[in-house]
Amino acid sequence: MSLENKTLVELSKDLTAKKVSSVEVTQFYLDRIAQHNPALNAFITVCNESALAEAKEADKKIASGHAGPLTGIPYAHKDIFCTDGIKTSCGSKMLDNFIAPYDATVTTKFKEAGMVMIGKTNMDEFAMGSSNENSFYGPVKNPWDHTRIPGGSSGGSAAAVAARLVPAATGTDTGGSIRQPASMCNITGIKPTYGRVSRYGMIAFASSLDQGGPFAQTAEDAALLLNIMAGHDEKDSTSVIHDVPDYTAELNKPLTGLTIGFAKEHFASGLENDVAVVIQEAIAELQKLGATIKEISLPNTHLAVPAYYVIAPAECSSNLARYDGVRYGYRCENPKNLDDLYCRTRGEGFGLEIKRRIIVGTYALSSGYYDAYYLKAQKIRRLISNDYQTAFKSVDLIVGPTAPSPAFKLGEKVDDPVSMYLSDIYTIGVNLAGLPGMTIPAGFVKSLPIGLQLIANYFDESRLFNAAHQFQQATDWHKKTP
Amino acid sequence: MEWETVIGLEVHVQLSTHSKIFSGAATAYGADPNTQACAIDLGMPGVLPVLNKKTVEKALMFGLSINAEISNKSVFARKNYFYPDLPKGYQISQYELPIVGKGHLDIQLDENTVKRVGITRAHLEEDAGKSLHEDFHGQSGIDLNRAGTPLLEIVSEPDLRSAKEAVAYLKTLHSLVRYLDISDGNMQEGSFRCDANVSVRPKGETKFGTRAEIKNVNSFRFVERAINYEVARQIELLESGGTVIQETRLYDAERNETRSMRGKEEANDYRYFPDPDLLPIIIDDKTIESIRTTLPELPWQRRERFQSDFGLSHYDSYCLSLTREMAEFFEATVKATQATPKIVANWILGDFSAYLNKEQTEISESPLSPQQLAQLLDRIADNTISGKIAKTVFDAMWAGEGDADKIISSQGLTQISDSSALEKIIDEILLNNPNQLAQYRAGGEKLFGYFVGQIMKATQGKANPQQVNELLKKKLG
Repeated sequence: MSLENKTLVELSKDLTAKKVSSVEVTQFYLDRIAQHNPALNAFITVCNESALAEAKEADKKIASGHAGPLTGIPYAHKDIFCTDGIKTSCGSKMLDNFIAPYDATVTTKFKEAGMVMIGKTNMDEFAMGSSNENSFYGPVKNPWDHTRIPGGSSGGSAAAVAARLVPAATGTDTGGSIRQPASMCNITGIKPTYGRVSRYGMIAFASSLDQGGPFAQTAEDAALLLNIMAGHDEKDSTSVIHDVPDYTAELNKPLTGLTIGFAKEHFASGLENDVAVVIQEAIAELQKLGATIKEISLPNTHLAVPAYYVIAPAECSSNLARYDGVRYGYRCENPKNLDDLYCRTRGEGFGLEIKRRIIVGTYALSSGYYDAYYLKAQKIRRLISNDYQTAFKSVDLIVGPTAPSPAFKLGEKVDDPVSMYLSDIYTIGVNLAGLPGMTIPAGFVKSLPIGLQLIANYFDESRLFNAAHQFQQATDWHKKTP
Repeated sequence: MEWETVIGLEVHVQLSTHSKIFSGAATAYGADPNTQACAIDLGMPGVLPVLNKKTVEKALMFGLSINAEISNKSVFARKNYFYPDLPKGYQISQYELPIVGKGHLDIQLDENTVKRVGITRAHLEEDAGKSLHEDFHGQSGIDLNRAGTPLLEIVSEPDLRSAKEAVAYLKTLHSLVRYLDISDGNMQEGSFRCDANVSVRPKGETKFGTRAEIKNVNSFRFVERAINYEVARQIELLESGGTVIQETRLYDAERNETRSMRGKEEANDYRYFPDPDLLPIIIDDKTIESIRTTLPELPWQRRERFQSDFGLSHYDSYCLSLTREMAEFFEATVKATQATPKIVANWILGDFSAYLNKEQTEISESPLSPQQLAQLLDRIADNTISGKIAKTVFDAMWAGEGDADKIISSQGLTQISDSSALEKIIDEILLNNPNQLAQYRAGGEKLFGYFVGQIMKATQGKANPQQVNELLKKKLG
């Protein structure tokens, strides 16, 4: 029996019916990782032993009738979530030797759900990047074309799910780091409302933007995963006290009566024509499913990338100050004095993109520049947020492209950071506003997957899942595999 | 030229909470290095701060007690700088929106002068850890037990005009935080630390001179000395044609001098910005009012009560209410004795305080309890001993020889108030001093005191002085 294309829902059924054991499922995916990961480089750590031990425990739970819906199903964890006793590198040389003595809240939740952590996935260093080329552990390859990037920063997770090395994975999304790689790898990914998923133990890049979320083959699977991940956490003051609904409850609602907007700014210059065609077809499909389609405007869209590249680096420059070689992580050899310890530890331990952002952020917060950069960017953030709120007065969802182009070639944009940054142009505004955003497979351009982005108002994830699920009932893009 | 000193103080008060401001680790002093630092205090990757609400209550209590503006919203900010004992590379503090705004504190300068000192703001922040430079063979050790300890930084206006005023302000502030029980105020352990901004200007000038900041002085005495040194240094510099530079200076208590730590050109740019890990503190009026009801009697309220209830002078009342411990000691003694409150006040502000000062003892560690002092004062009131003998008894009590009654009886200190016995002694003295008696009778009235002295000597001070006076007068007729 082949398990590789089974969804979580299907695996869950098989496990409950005892057609297959968690140990068998886990071994199956461990074998696939052993076979395919060398070419893809999607994993930093594979947890052969602990995964099988967890699978055994899960089987006991299933046998005793104490299983939850996803008990015994393997998942991969982006290497940004701390895992007690297992290395958490954040894709950086700085944390190559770091083993957290605690679990992230999300890790704890998955443990409690009885899911099996099969490994930790590759990522852009400290989640900074859109191509996964900024990893200390080398770039991840796109399973659809090994000469191309999988997107970033959660490229390892996206590639692993796309290549069916694991049925589900976690990611984090600060400016598009779940949605952009999901789109480029033909899988489903959601960045929930800011504050929906605890950030405790999720290594910070830009605290006011970072949000964890799941990757899966389908919207239904993603909903099941978010059911586990979401919820208030006392350890994270920014996690919101707001009831977590069952995200699968509204999957089957018809789309009639739903008003879906598309922003004309998302179809302006910068978007590749072929991509635009795919997205327009996807929108037509939603209309066929009963939704009313309406053009809207998000007039400050063009300011999102510049504002983001002030706010995110500013927060990053402060968040990454703790990596100083004093208490844990990388420390340079034989420091001569304190300055030398700081300079060489950080000089040797961080990659180029990290340093670029630390310098930009430090500059933006400096006395004399703070008002002109940081404060101004915060004002723009407010404007962008307001644009969305205005839009949501007349529409229930906003859809559009997730990224302006399909996956680009490895190395194509490494020397052009601005062009790299612009690949997140449609996703970044959602982070600045703190809204939930999702991407689902919507078609192909020259055999490369294209994602459709869906954006909802705060805490309206259920509506995203509903629309995405209905779309996936009517289409089979999400079933295509490399 | 005549110079005027201008001083503003920044006081770091450690708030007395069981756990840290942003983590659950304990704050107890004196534990082995790094045994009270959790993942959050260590600034481990991915961990997040969660505000200890007790610190907010304590800050609000302080704000209300100084009649400060309390804004409904205050914000934590990150103060970014690198130092090995600062685990995150930033300190969580408050910058643009502190929890306590403008307020004021009245300080007593001498018996007749009260001065109102403006308080600019008070904000919550976390303490850093400690670098240990000994015992590490050319390296430094880091102890992060103190990292994350809650502090309230209280910033005064540049309203103070002398080291003396600065000390008076500090003592009043110290008294207040102890009354409010928001800090143990322990200066040796660093629970009450002071930075002084000092400048001088020609008398009459309205613009401020360039100031130097003296860092981390942790005793009232050192604050006074450090400021006096710094003022003299600045005046000397200016009078010899030099200029004061804005800089941070360190006070060296051993050499009694301030030394430059770092100049402005090396000053850190702290790159403050709102901490995205913490929500703004939102305080509604209801919370403010409910905290107001928890405020204890404050030093100045107690002073007024001492004046009205006990008929004490403003200054006695002020001195007695300056510390909570002193005030409580006084009240307990008054309650337990027949002696008048004035006599109790005299004893506490006199001998008792002198002993405390001399032996550098805190009231809490006084060998005398209020009840013991009360017993001693009762023995004066009921004429068992004289006030003079009482001092001898007091000495013995301080030395731990037991209760007043025990000391009086074991040392035979009971006052001689038996008229016939006293008369006998007086007769003897007069008989033995015929010359002095003759001189007295010839108008040498000063010799009256001589006879009293002789009588006291003969009775080892135990004669009831009032009776001696009366009887002697009669005899000398």
